[in-house]
Formats: sequence, structure tokens, C-alpha cells
Amino acid sequence: MNVNDAVESVEASPETPLLYILRNDLSLNGPKYGCGLGECGACAVLVDGRAVRSCTVPLGAVGKRRVTTLEGLGTPEHLHPVQAAFIDEAAAQCGYCLNGMIIATAALLNRNTDPDEDTIREALRHHLCRCGTHMEILAAARRAVAYAKVERARRSMPDGVSPKAAKEVSP
Amino acid sequence: MLPNMDYSELPRALQHMLERGRSTSVQALPRRSFLKLTGTLGLAVGIFPHLAAAQSTDAGEAPIALKPTEQPSAFVQIAPNGEVMVTINRLEFGQGVQTALPMILAEELDADWNLVRSQLGTNDMAYVDPLFGMHLTGGSNTIKNSFTQYRELGARVRAMLLAAAADRWNVDVSALRTEAGVVLAPDGRKLGYGELSEAAMALPVPQKIALKDPKDFRIIGQPTQRLDAQAKSSGQQSFGIDFKLPGQLTAVVARPPVFGAKIASLDDSAARSVKGVKAVLRVPLDRGAEGVAVVADGYWQASQGRNALKVEWDTSAVEKVDSEKQLAQFREIANRPGPRQFDADMAPLEAAPLSLEAEFVFPYLAHAAMEPLNCTVRLSDDRAEIWMGSQSAGLDAGVAANVLGLKPEQVVVNVQTSGGGFGRRFSSSSDTAMEACQIAKAARAAGLNAPVRTLWSREDDMRGGYYRPTHLHRARIGFDKEGNVLAWDHTIVGQSILTGTVFEKFQVKDGIDAATTEGMRSPYPLPMRLTVHHPVANVPVLWWRSVGSTHTAFVMETLLDDIARATDQDPVAYRMKMFGNEHPRHRDALQLAVDKSGYGSRALAEGRAWGVAVHESFSSVVAYVVEASVVDGQPKLHRVTAGVHCNLAVNPRTVEAQVQGAAIMGLSTCLAGSEITLKDGVVEQGNFSEFTVARITDVPEFDVNIVPSADAPTGMGEPGLPPLAPAFANAISRLTGKPVRQMPFNLA
Repeated sequence: MNVNDAVESVEASPETPLLYILRNDLSLNGPKYGCGLGECGACAVLVDGRAVRSCTVPLGAVGKRRVTTLEGLGTPEHLHPVQAAFIDEAAAQCGYCLNGMIIATAALLNRNTDPDEDTIREALRHHLCRCGTHMEILAAARRAVAYAKVERARRSMPDGVSPKAAKEVSP
Repeated sequence: MLPNMDYSELPRALQHMLERGRSTSVQALPRRSFLKLTGTLGLAVGIFPHLAAAQSTDAGEAPIALKPTEQPSAFVQIAPNGEVMVTINRLEFGQGVQTALPMILAEELDADWNLVRSQLGTNDMAYVDPLFGMHLTGGSNTIKNSFTQYRELGARVRAMLLAAAADRWNVDVSALRTEAGVVLAPDGRKLGYGELSEAAMALPVPQKIALKDPKDFRIIGQPTQRLDAQAKSSGQQSFGIDFKLPGQLTAVVARPPVFGAKIASLDDSAARSVKGVKAVLRVPLDRGAEGVAVVADGYWQASQGRNALKVEWDTSAVEKVDSEKQLAQFREIANRPGPRQFDADMAPLEAAPLSLEAEFVFPYLAHAAMEPLNCTVRLSDDRAEIWMGSQSAGLDAGVAANVLGLKPEQVVVNVQTSGGGFGRRFSSSSDTAMEACQIAKAARAAGLNAPVRTLWSREDDMRGGYYRPTHLHRARIGFDKEGNVLAWDHTIVGQSILTGTVFEKFQVKDGIDAATTEGMRSPYPLPMRLTVHHPVANVPVLWWRSVGSTHTAFVMETLLDDIARATDQDPVAYRMKMFGNEHPRHRDALQLAVDKSGYGSRALAEGRAWGVAVHESFSSVVAYVVEASVVDGQPKLHRVTAGVHCNLAVNPRTVEAQVQGAAIMGLSTCLAGSEITLKDGVVEQGNFSEFTVARITDVPEFDVNIVPSADAPTGMGEPGLPPLAPAFANAISRLTGKPVRQMPFNLA
């Protein structure tokens, strides 16, 4: 398996859902068990940059595709723009759904660099949050759109834009 | 849950209850039984070995040993690099106390906030609620009851740091001052707290300390980012479900389809042959039930093993509740005479110029926290260690000790950060801990020498009972053309939550459970007769975020709106008239919401209507002014403006989040599919496709406004929930001309 840019070897039957491989065999606890049926979104991971529900994806279907979990999205030194946005908005209550919210927002930004609010809501619609953190999650997602723009600009310019400048962007 | 009253006897009551229940266990109710549960509840031995210490204090006598809850060493550690680790005496499950309590302590400590960290505690006696004397996260009590406690803890440590610096420099302590983690001498010398910590903590703990004048607060009252925001956004936060010991196994349990049922026959041969399955164990479960635990390498293997079980259940001895029949039964019960919470002269009812009659139905509700219930247990011959998200670590430890045949002091409960809870992580029988310990014990007896994590699937969690009880309310109200209520005859039918719990003695009087009636009548001066019936049913019920106010606020605030509408009065003015010169917090909260919303001064978009409600619960008042419409026959909430009175807001950012969160949980209860129903004793919902939780496309624009106050803070975990549904319903009623009498809303 290719997980978070590392090659991992696991021994499991191919019908085992990806979530349990990640959590049990690879000790990657970012993705959460919430429902086991793909209904809540807490288990989302990126597979080749697209969000999938790891509790319903069998290991056999993943093959050698690139799996990215919340742990692999960014590093503490260089957070992914979506993570930075969620932290800056303090968009957490219990935080259990955040894995899915952040993964889904990252996947959205992979396919749409400038989503409007309705598009954001639609992208997060099938991710449940029981604490009712939705307003802050929405604010974080809007902020993430802005951070991602700065991040792209930084990467495309030779001198780059400082992370501080990224933080000063307000959605 | 739990209004203000004297709980000094609570620890003793808990101990008595547990001792009384030591040889009994909770049984599912027999068929058609209407016996009270009193006295049959509880397991375990005494869990308060330090009862005397916990109850000491008479300020007049000196010297008095400090209580465990007042000892800084249990709460504060300052590392040489100056990092301050604050231990929390509560469960953090989203409500933000892991940030707010350190803010309170850091304020008096004069700490550098950037160096403050926090962690959760255990079942140690230091971490009991200082007012209740037992471990408790509930009743929106954390900030209310621990505000002074954490201030004093911070002030004591600061005093010790000052004394250590005075020793070091050989100067008088009165010459020294502190600032953001540093002790300063008049001559400009300074020492960081980290440099003084070791010497300071070796000093005697001062008895008397001075607290800051609130006008000097620089941390309390500032909108502050959560200390756990980074960990929760980067996958680093460990929840109970994530906790893992070397060699740990995972158990899932086949539970009977009806509460309290037993195994008739079991064929586990196929389950035992599933790869990764280590053991299949028959275990006693909550409420006298039996189940089959499948212990395996991981959750998936255990689930596969459970799927392979062939179990026949014996449900003959337990009542099988059916929601439709239960409602008919409640309606019949409502006609009977019963005990009265309030009384008033009902004679004016017949002659009243105007009248209305109403019947309300509220369903069972699951807490449905995102993190399913789980509990990890490691056993040795003379010790048990438990890791779980617990709202009541002491009770869980006591129950565990009884199951395991250990003394209470041989059990450690390590409280784990939880993905929500809303009341479910404190059940009167400690069912989560009890079952996990039964499984760990059985696994050990079967020769498995490994820690065992018992994990509930979503379906186990949703079908596992301990719901907000279903209720029937009936009202007959007579009033005049000015809206003066002449007589209000009200009846509530619903299971008692507190009967059989440690709170029964305090909260169940003359057959009436205060957790059922809280929020009725108050604060309005109404001539109300309130009759209460508590039928018993084989469905476990429990406190659920804001408890009685989940239904009483709805009933009160929609009925008052109906009266205002029937007498052509503005709903805000009508409420203000009822408050008169009393209830300044209600008035201020409502006025703030009105002012900020533009109610009365701004025209709404076509098809929208205003809705208003205000309600006090758990000592805080929340008012909502909302905008709603009906879209394709479905109610739609567009905007919410909140006015909040919680006295001093310790962390306004958390208050805002808690109001929004509670309101959205309240919104969930309005939406189609937000109900638990039973058919022939079996819960019909199992996963989120069958139990509605509000989605991001359902949530409104939201504006939270806090009434400024310097008074001692009151809690905000729950009070934002009750007024949302009635405010929404009042707006819908104004659009449709028909009252909303059912939860979830049914506009058909």
C-alpha cells in the first residue's frame, strides 16, 4: 500500500475495509469510525486526491493508489492550508468529525479552486457533526479557500509568499 | 439537569445507593410492570474512601486541611521550561472546558497563556465536582461550580511561587509581583515560573489567598482559541476509541434485540473459526440481560465473528414496548388523577372568554455522539486500569470494582477525550464500564492475558437505550382578551429519569421527578395546575442535553406564543409584559436578541416569518429570534439571533460555539426522522440513515450576543438548546396558521 507517501505492507483479506487497516494495522487514528456504513463521513481519506469513505472501501479496491490520511495531509511545520484554516477558526468542538470535514474540504479544493458557499455546503453535506460546529466549519472552509489561493501563489512564485502573509488573508 | 440545591449529602447518598444495590443488579422490567424502580438500581461498593476529607470545612476553624479539590499538586505542574500543565476535573467532549478551566487558573496564576497546556484527570478524589462531591461532568456545572475552585488553585500556586522567589532572593514577599509567568523584584531581577517551580511546590500550601479584582482580569473574558484546536485538526488528538495498549484485543457484543432479554441458544462454532477471533464469551450485560462478546485482534475481525454467531434470544420475560401502543397508553394515563407539582384554582377555566387545548408528543431521542461508546480495560490480579470517556469516573470505577471483585482504590479510570456525549457517558448503571469489565474478566478467565477494548458499533450505540424519554403533554388554558391567563391545567406523562439514580433523593419528591418538570411555568406568573405521571417502561432513559427543558421549553414557549397570537399581541411585548419588573436576565437576553436581529424594525423576505422564544435552564438564559420559512412543505430555518445571559462569559468564543452547537442539536430534533421508535420491543433505528442529525445544509446563519455581566459565571453546555425548537415552531405557526404540536415537526 501507498499511505502518506510511504510504502506499507499489510496482511489482510482484500474485502477488509480500508478504515480498519489504517487504524488497526497502521495506527493511523486520524480517520475515525463513526457509522461503518459510509453515512457519517468521519472515516474519510484521500485516495489519489479524491475523498472516499474508508469504512466502505475494501482494501482490494485500493491497490497501489495513493492514500492520504489527515496525518499525511500536512506536517506540524507546514500545515496543509485547510488544516491551518480550521485551526485559525478554532473550528472544533469534540473534533471527532473534523477528519472528514478537513479531508472533504481538501478534496473540494483539489477539484474546484474557488468554490462558493453553496458548493462548500454541498461538499460537506454528507459529513455529520453532532456538536453543531457547522458555522465554524463553514468559516474554516471559506478561509481554506483563501489560504489555498495564497499557497498556490507562493508555489508558483520564485520568491514565495510568507506563511504570515497567508494568515493575514481573510476570506 | 439538576437545579440549584444543597448537594452536600450527595456523596453519602451515592455510597448508600451503591451499597444497597451491591447484591442486586438492574433488571429489565417484567412484562406490563408498573412497579417503581426504586432501590433496585446500582452495583458496586463504596467509592468514596475519602468522604470525610471531601466533606470537611468550617471556615471558622483553623487550621483546616485543604480538601483534595483544593490541593494544587493534583492540578498544576510547571516544567523547568515554564510550561504549565493544568489537569481538568471533567470530561472534555467538545464543550471547551479543557480551555476554559485553564484560563481561570492561569488568570490567578498570572501565567503566560502561550505556555499553558491541559490534560484530563482520573477518578482520583481531587477531581470530584467541588459542590457535588462526586465526579461529574453534567448539568452545565463545570464553569459554575469550578470557577472559584480553579481561581483559588491558581492563586495558591502563585503565592507559592512568590514565596519561593522571596526565599531565593532573601527579600520580603510583599515587594514582589508577577506578570505572565515571571516573578519580578523591585530592582529588576526576574525569575521564570519554571525556574521556581520545584522549590515552590515543596513549600506549604497557603490556606488563605487573595483573589484578583475581576476588573484586572486579562485572560478570563477574552475570546480564546481552544487549546485542542491544533491537535484536533491534525489527527493528533487521541480519543477513547484511539487508545491502544500493546497486545490489546477488541470486543464487540451481540446484544439481545429487546432490553434485558437473555440467550435461549447459542451456536458459536462459525464465529470461532473467523480469522483473528480469539474468544467467544457469554457475558452478563446491563439490566440483567445476557450477551455474547466476540474478542478478536481488531474491530473488523470481531464484527465478522459476531456476524457469524447463531443466537436465539429469550425475550419472554421482558416487556416489549411498542411506540404506537405506548402513545395510546400515555393518552389513557393522562386522563387519570395524579400527583401535582403545582396547584391552582381551575374554576375560571370554564368561564374564560378564550381558551385553547393542546396535546404535544415528544419521541425518544438517542444522544448519537459521533464517537460510539467504548471502554478499554487492563486487568491484573489486584488492579484494574480503565480508559474511557466518562462523565462520572468515580461511579464507573465503583461499578468496575464491584464487577471485578476489587476494592475501589484498586481501580483507576483514566478519563479520555470524547467525541461528544451529551449525557450518554454518565448512565446510572455505568453500563459501558460494567459491560467492558465483564468482558475483560471473562476474557482473562478464558486465558486471554491481554487488555480488551470493548467497542460499540453505531448500531449498538443507537439501539442501546438510555434515551431522552418520550413524553405526552396536555394543556387546557383559559385566558382573557388581554392574554391574561386565568387558569392553566397541564398534564405530563413520561418516564422518570432520576428515579433509581443517586439524584432521586434530591430531585424526586412526592412521586414527581424534577428532571421531568424543570422549565414548566417558570418564569411566568401563571395560575397552573401541573399533574405528572411517570409510567414505567422497558426502555432505559437518561438525561439528554438540557434534559427536561428539551420538552418543557417547547410546550411553554409555543403555548404562550399561541396566546399572544390569539389575543393579537406582539410575542416579544407579551413576554416582556409577563416578566414585568422581575427576571432582568430574561428581559436583557430577549431584548438583546430582538435588538440585534432587527425584529420589529426590519422587513423580512417574502415567505419568511419571525419566531421568538426565551428559556432559562441550568442557571443561564438564552433567547432566540429566528427567521424561518416553509420550503416544499418542509420547515426551513434561515437565521438565528441569540441573546445570552450566562453572567461573566469566561471564554466568549466557547460560549458562542456552545450556543450554536446546542441550537443545532435542537434544530435536529425538529427535522423529520429525528426520533427513536420501538416495534415489539425492538428499536427501529440503527444508523444515521434512520436517525436524522442536522446537516450543514440545514444550519442557519447565526449571530450570538452575550449580555455583559461581571457576576459569577453560569454554565453554557445546555441552555442554548431548549429555546431553539419553540422559536422555530413559532415562526412556522405564523406562516401556516397551525400550531406545531409534535416533535419532530410534521407539517402535513
